[in-house]
Amino acid sequence: MDQSIWVAILAAGVIAGTPILLAALGEIITEQSGVLNLGVEGMMLVGAVTGFMVAMNTSSPWIGLLAAIVAGGLMALIHAFLTITLRANQVVSGLALTIFGTGLSGYIGKDLIGQPLVSTFKPAALPFLSEVPIIGPILFNHDLLVYISYLLAAGLWFFLFHTKKGLELRAVGENPSAADVAGINVFMTRYVFVVLGGMLAGMAGAYLSLAYAPSWLENMTAGRGWIAVALVIFATWHPVKAFLGSFLFGTIDVLGFHIQNFGIMIPSFFLKMLPYIITIIVLIVVTRETKTRRVATPEALGIPYNREER
Amino acid sequence: MSSMPMVEMVSITKRFPGVIANDSVSIKVNTGEIHALLGENGAGKSTLMSILTGLYRPDEGEIYLRGLKTELSSPKDAANKGIGMVHQHFKLVKSFTVAENIMLGLKGEGMIIDRTSIEKRIREFCQQYGMAVDPAAKIWQLTVGEQQRVEIIKALFRGAEILILDEPTAVLTPQEAKDLYKTLRIMTRQGKAVIVISHKLSEVLEGTDTVTVLRGGKSVGTVKTELADEQELSRMMVGRHIAVSRDKCLIEKGKQILKLQGISCLNNRGQLAVQGISLDIHAGEILGIAGVAGNGQSELAEVIAGLRSVEEGTKYIDGVNHTQSTIRALVDAGVSYIPEDRMGTGLVPSLNAVDNYVLKSYKKHGWLMDWSRVKTQTQEVVERFSIKLASIASPVKMMSGGNLQKLLLAREIMADPRLIVAVYPMRGLDVGAMEAVRKLLLAQRDAGKAVLLISEELEELFALSDRIAVLHRGEIMGIVDSCTATAEEVGMMMAGKRMLEKDAM
Amino acid sequence: MLCNISSLRFEKREDVSTTMILLVPILSVFCGLLFAGLFIALTGKNPVDVYMLMFEGAFGSQYGISETIVKAIPLILCSLAVALAFRMQLWNIGAEGQLYMGAFGATWAALSFPEWPASQLLPFMVIMGALMGGLWGLLPAIPRAYFKVNETITTLLMNYIAILWVDYFVYGPWKDPKGLGFPITAPFSSGAILPSFGITRIHWGIIFAIVAVVILYIIQNYTKWGFEIRVSGESAAAAKYAGMNYTRNILLVMFISGSLAGIAGMTEVSGITQRLQHGISPGYGYSAIIIAWLARLHPVVIVFVSVIFGGLLVGGFSIQTSGFPAATVAMLQGAILFFVVGGEIFTQYRIRLDRKGRSL
Repeated sequence: MDQSIWVAILAAGVIAGTPILLAALGEIITEQSGVLNLGVEGMMLVGAVTGFMVAMNTSSPWIGLLAAIVAGGLMALIHAFLTITLRANQVVSGLALTIFGTGLSGYIGKDLIGQPLVSTFKPAALPFLSEVPIIGPILFNHDLLVYISYLLAAGLWFFLFHTKKGLELRAVGENPSAADVAGINVFMTRYVFVVLGGMLAGMAGAYLSLAYAPSWLENMTAGRGWIAVALVIFATWHPVKAFLGSFLFGTIDVLGFHIQNFGIMIPSFFLKMLPYIITIIVLIVVTRETKTRRVATPEALGIPYNREER
Repeated sequence: MSSMPMVEMVSITKRFPGVIANDSVSIKVNTGEIHALLGENGAGKSTLMSILTGLYRPDEGEIYLRGLKTELSSPKDAANKGIGMVHQHFKLVKSFTVAENIMLGLKGEGMIIDRTSIEKRIREFCQQYGMAVDPAAKIWQLTVGEQQRVEIIKALFRGAEILILDEPTAVLTPQEAKDLYKTLRIMTRQGKAVIVISHKLSEVLEGTDTVTVLRGGKSVGTVKTELADEQELSRMMVGRHIAVSRDKCLIEKGKQILKLQGISCLNNRGQLAVQGISLDIHAGEILGIAGVAGNGQSELAEVIAGLRSVEEGTKYIDGVNHTQSTIRALVDAGVSYIPEDRMGTGLVPSLNAVDNYVLKSYKKHGWLMDWSRVKTQTQEVVERFSIKLASIASPVKMMSGGNLQKLLLAREIMADPRLIVAVYPMRGLDVGAMEAVRKLLLAQRDAGKAVLLISEELEELFALSDRIAVLHRGEIMGIVDSCTATAEEVGMMMAGKRMLEKDAM
Repeated sequence: MLCNISSLRFEKREDVSTTMILLVPILSVFCGLLFAGLFIALTGKNPVDVYMLMFEGAFGSQYGISETIVKAIPLILCSLAVALAFRMQLWNIGAEGQLYMGAFGATWAALSFPEWPASQLLPFMVIMGALMGGLWGLLPAIPRAYFKVNETITTLLMNYIAILWVDYFVYGPWKDPKGLGFPITAPFSSGAILPSFGITRIHWGIIFAIVAVVILYIIQNYTKWGFEIRVSGESAAAAKYAGMNYTRNILLVMFISGSLAGIAGMTEVSGITQRLQHGISPGYGYSAIIIAWLARLHPVVIVFVSVIFGGLLVGGFSIQTSGFPAATVAMLQGAILFFVVGGEIFTQYRIRLDRKGRSL
């Protein structure tokens, strides 16, 4: 096996990992605020279809992307209203979001299936960086959204752990009553970050329909939203670890297509199972680990905040 | 120093649906003074202070800060006006460092956190008050006393002129409590005012300058501490004289029920919580366990009840080795456990009284549950123990704390146990409910049951127990006869001083 | 908008309101239709016409009604499965996959012993369906019980695996050589087919469903084990305190939950398709989540809600001929669930508008 195949696989892994990374980053900030949103899959689908539809009509992938971000944010706003204001069960509300998003995207996108998209995000090699051997082609020879996802991962890491607002966000997720006493608006913080998280999920969906595929297919996320939710646990709510994790999952995802090149004959159905199986195994291993160590699971995750019930 | 009081609350009235929490209460706190707000649970202390910290708005009455009439619209507003609060349950983010907790929500800092600079500032600031704390330490690594210090620093760092502490010594050892009052004294010397909410007479008498006593939402009076004595304050607080003295001192020991030999166990984090504990309890006696909360009491109770596994040692009940028994086997052997967490462990909040009544005896039913019988039994018990509830069919979370505890005790007593393990059974109850629980426990002792009573209130332990064992860092410092022992002796042991061999019984 | 939200005040009710318990689900369905109607209107269609068309399709003819009941059978079984797990606070989102595995197990039995008479083969298919579905439920229950691994994610991901697993067989080893290349197995022998009633497609599966409802109702309300599940679901600490075997109950509940969904899979292949094929379920396992929640996990109420949702599916099929996508139904279901979860609070709290405009 020569090196160029591996470079090609890893480069494809980065691309396949990008939607998972974007969605996971969104879920990280959502969960850091103490809200669990299992609607990632639904928000991604709505983002994907909206992005595709708008990009097709405006011939601009950027406007499509923007529309996808707005659509993801609006979906998340439903979840925010239900869980923060109405204190609804976060698990069920997230599931409702996924079911609704799946249906809505299928409904809107019925006539878009199989339509060609002229204006997509095209790879743009970064000067100098893309020429570094091995690393260059793997990391720096993609479309702009991939680079944006790098910046977002790094930026969110800095935001969460080195800025005051990030500290406040984590305080809201860890101990909302302490944050409240410190004069932080718990409700507002949760609203803002649940919606921002949804925007990132919308962006993740747009990446699939505008850059990765680029086309619209019903249920085109194929469980990536759920893998992103699992990735958040794998990454222990840390954006940089989420980047590494998405790279790993992306690579496993594309490995299926390439494994036949190596002369290994496994039915494609089993190869397609691989990302799901690996996700489950990783989840089990990581959860076992986190039980013995003290890790940064937001302590108030999943618990609605009610000032009167202190 | 000006004669103007730092805070003055005049004729404050606050009503909640069905109750008047504060009925025209007035209080005046001067600069440089430690002012105690004394009263039983439910006397209205917390409500009054919640008004001062901007959490509630008074229905009537006025607040003056340094003579100026002030409206406190929110906790933030109150904090900005120099009112700082140290809550009984600390408002700290455990996974954050001390410095991160202090700067949380602080105005006038840059957007980007400069850890070194803020840690340096905190260190310097602490020296002013003679408090030592490592700003880079994570909260969960600190002792309870240190966490409290962080809360105080947090308030002062925000420019608090008036510091309110809610039951500050509840979680401290006697020595830590002394240190706390030393710190408070330094603060008042620097021109701050301190308000301490408490229901402990001894603490108030030793540490404070002025006492305002509240009872039933009304202010009973304000006195200079140096002119007050224990009897007077206690009468003001309770309204009548309550006998906390013992009813009998000589007990004839019954049969040995529980025997622990060299018991050790781990806490939830896998550290040793209880080590090498040996004790026994006989029929017709109450053994009290004294100690500052978090010294292995809860773990000890769980080990006896079988909720926590024994690492080392043996446990006998009625002479039978039950070291490895399951919870179910222990229930069948007659072990009754009144957990610290009433709502959630002892009772299921969203289920009704009938379900909760049968929680531990359901196994005695056949394949199908005989609900009509359980309903009748529950109804009988509700009447016999005069438990107040809307209906036996509504979720128990609607009931008051005292009635919940009565229901829990009733269930356990009706099971006719051999041994009752009661963990903080009076915590958070009002005076009436406390007395009911006290009577129930004494009646059980007189009926020949063995009772293990865990409490952090020394007065309560002395009044109820026949013997008192003191726990410190998971070890027994000594076991004393409560008729002959003094509070000082027990206090010393709570702080970790082992009892001399000759006193041991 | 945000300031309006923060000025809402919730006052705890003295007791759970019974009127609200009845009113909330009914209003939820209504509001859900209204909300989804907005999106239908956005695409230039009249939502009222669409809903009328759906209703006609589902309940307007004898055929429609019989088809509605046909759809209700797997929905009842899956909803019971999900409700049982939910009652213990186990978020089994994997009924869809468990159904597929049940269909797989039953198909294996049918294809392996085609010569058996129905009296032996059908019970064996039920057992295999229940066993495979049960195992598929048990698999994620083990890490959940011992290491607290989030079962929502694992059960959901296992749906994808189960569907791919069935696809492998219908596209591969079990593909019918006479099937013109379609992803289907050979038709079942007559002994492997559940009899149906008259000329309708309503099959004996309905008896399984009703029996399951009765058994679960009795278990939940009158047995010791049902009491254990109820306590465990409300508070794990109290269950442990009362000496209940919490870990064993997680495994048992998830196994039984999976079995019920597995039986639904069996009835689908045996009673409806009479062979295994690609895409055997239009998302019964997901609809079940909504049904269970709407029925407040009550087995008898589940029957009625399942019939309504069966009608929704049949109505959904009938509007497809007018050019609406199948996804319309999922959109409606999701919208209804929004209102169901959002409405929960009205059973426990009274809503007040804070006149001062400042919330505490």
